[in-house]
Amino acid sequence: MAYLIYDGSFEGFLSVVFQCYQQKLSPTNICKESDFQEVLFAQKQTIPSNPKQAQRVWKALQKKLHRRNQELPLRAFLSEHPGIEMMLYRFIRRVFDTSFSIETDYGDSDVLQLKKLERKVLKETARLLQFVRFQETSDGIYFAPIEPEFDVLPFTLHHFKDRFADQQWLIYDLRRDYGFYYNLKTVDEVTLSEKAFSTIDGKVNTNLLEEKEVHYQKLWKNYFDSINIKERKNLKVQRQYMPQRYWKFLPEKSPRIKD
Amino acid sequence: MHEKVQKKLKILADAAKYDVSCSSSGNSRSNSRGGIGNAVAAGICHSFTDDGRCISLFKILMTNHCIYDCAYCINRRTNDRARATFTVQEIVDLTINFYRRNYIEGLFLSSGVIKNPDYTMERLMLVAKKLRLEERFNGYIHMKAIPGASQELIQNAGYYVDRMSVNIEIPTEQQLEKLAPEKNYPSIIRPMNQISEGILAYKEERRKYRRVRKFTPAGQSTQLIVGASPESDRQILQLSSNFYHQQQLKRVYYSGYLPVNTYDQRLPAIQSPPLVRENRLYQSDWLMRFYEFSADEILTSDQPFLDLDVDPKLAYALRNLHLFPIDINRADYHMLLRVPGIGVQSAKMIVDARRFRRLTSYHLKKIGVVLKRAQYFITCNELAPRMTDWEPQRLKSHIVAASQMKRRKAGDTQLMLFHPTMNSPAIPKQLHSKN
Ligand code: SF4
Repeated sequence: MAYLIYDGSFEGFLSVVFQCYQQKLSPTNICKESDFQEVLFAQKQTIPSNPKQAQRVWKALQKKLHRRNQELPLRAFLSEHPGIEMMLYRFIRRVFDTSFSIETDYGDSDVLQLKKLERKVLKETARLLQFVRFQETSDGIYFAPIEPEFDVLPFTLHHFKDRFADQQWLIYDLRRDYGFYYNLKTVDEVTLSEKAFSTIDGKVNTNLLEEKEVHYQKLWKNYFDSINIKERKNLKVQRQYMPQRYWKFLPEKSPRIKD
Repeated sequence: MHEKVQKKLKILADAAKYDVSCSSSGNSRSNSRGGIGNAVAAGICHSFTDDGRCISLFKILMTNHCIYDCAYCINRRTNDRARATFTVQEIVDLTINFYRRNYIEGLFLSSGVIKNPDYTMERLMLVAKKLRLEERFNGYIHMKAIPGASQELIQNAGYYVDRMSVNIEIPTEQQLEKLAPEKNYPSIIRPMNQISEGILAYKEERRKYRRVRKFTPAGQSTQLIVGASPESDRQILQLSSNFYHQQQLKRVYYSGYLPVNTYDQRLPAIQSPPLVRENRLYQSDWLMRFYEFSADEILTSDQPFLDLDVDPKLAYALRNLHLFPIDINRADYHMLLRVPGIGVQSAKMIVDARRFRRLTSYHLKKIGVVLKRAQYFITCNELAPRMTDWEPQRLKSHIVAASQMKRRKAGDTQLMLFHPTMNSPAIPKQLHSKN
């Protein structure tokens, strides 16, 4: 009856898996430090995060998993779904302990659930590619605020770097208070101590915007309104594909922009 | 100056909105060094208008002036409307600036015909050329080929764009002549053929040489107006099927006729666009492209129109009850796809999962099969088929009644299932690398 406590990071979680093998532990539950509540009569053991051990588990997993599923453990982990640790733990054990691949055994509730969680996280990743909106600032940096449900910004960097290779950009996660800055060569992680933008909707202070920025936001909103066919109004579909929580970042949905 | 562009944009976006196609899919290309933009194979929707359609491309007309007078078109010369024309540079600037802000995947450029087809086509071509060569733009470009433009211009444009389309608009020659007497069928079919041949030649050369000049790498598409002329759904689907198979078109779009020119006696008097019919056509198209259905299976000669009450897959199953029920644990993929309530994703998961254990209805439900639908057409382990000895008509009313009850609860979700804009959003391939 062991409760294993870890620091909440993916690396920490993989270290737990490593220790379970090494110390032959069979955990009842794996909990983040921050979530753990004392349980009467339960044994608890804190497992420190260890990059080397985590690496070993990750590498071994990569060897066993089909290419398509190589990112599955990380993506599913990022869903922060309650109980994700035990689900992943059981899955990883099965992957290691079975000689054949069990990754498509969708009759098993862990496998199916993990697959679904992975899809959910991927969807949020895709939404970033869809709904990131840059504002051009007067020093030539394109700035985009985001607030994704999961911590998926790192998954999108490759895309943005390839696409916007000739412009400096900064994409900033307001909720997690960190972002990535591309300086025309490399993409670096940054945390801004002083912010020249609203921490609520990410709007850059008007005096720091490039002079034509507002003009293009207006043009875009104008376009958005003109391309709509009134006779076919269907707000429900609109909301289904473009969740309302993104609207505050979209100039086309902003009531503040008028022409 | 800003004001002027705003005004033009309003007019020319409004005039472009009736063209339904917006997909930016079908090609993936990474950015060239130092340029801007790339194309993602599955396409990305960047916004959704109040009518629920995807905005992927900046869809605009170069001009809404037109020398022609097609009955079904809002921009026909006899209509008294505000008119405007963009310069080449204005379109280039808007595209680049929208693109840099991540509003769009690229440009979808179409136009009314000014002066003559060649003059018009040349300006369209110049926009693409400028974007590619001067701005080093690597995003997506979809361009309309103007019927009647010279082969050389179309060929030239093909080198700069990702996709080209010629809208057939009216499904049969006879009706086209009636509604658009100044156009003719050959002027539409000729550029279509030219483009498909160009694509074939490009593919052929690419096999032989390493560096070949690209020619519309994302292929060709077209659009049909539904309900402006009396063609049957069967005629329409057969035409689409030919486009897909003979001309290798990537997409056919269906646009329910919006009664824009009600004064024109040649057009049917309708109040609102035939949206349900349009949706049924999209569903059928979907069945042909992803569910291994042929046009003849969807509609037979004694049944020229799609059933508006039920989707075409259910209609097929009801007409072919002798093929059902099928055994979920045995049936091949092709048959699984034919079961109402089983989609492509579920069918694949079933095939994968049943190698490990016999599947029960519990598993099916978890996987995402709509059992309410499927239960009449399958057996699986413990689940015996329901009411297989019923008459098709009775079974149909039963299913329709059941789903209507649900629909009343859930709002009109039926129409959304196969919504044409349902582009699966793209996921970047290399998810991990931080650089
Ligand atoms: S040629 Fe095109 S723009 Fe001109 S009237 Fe006909 S359909 Fe409309």
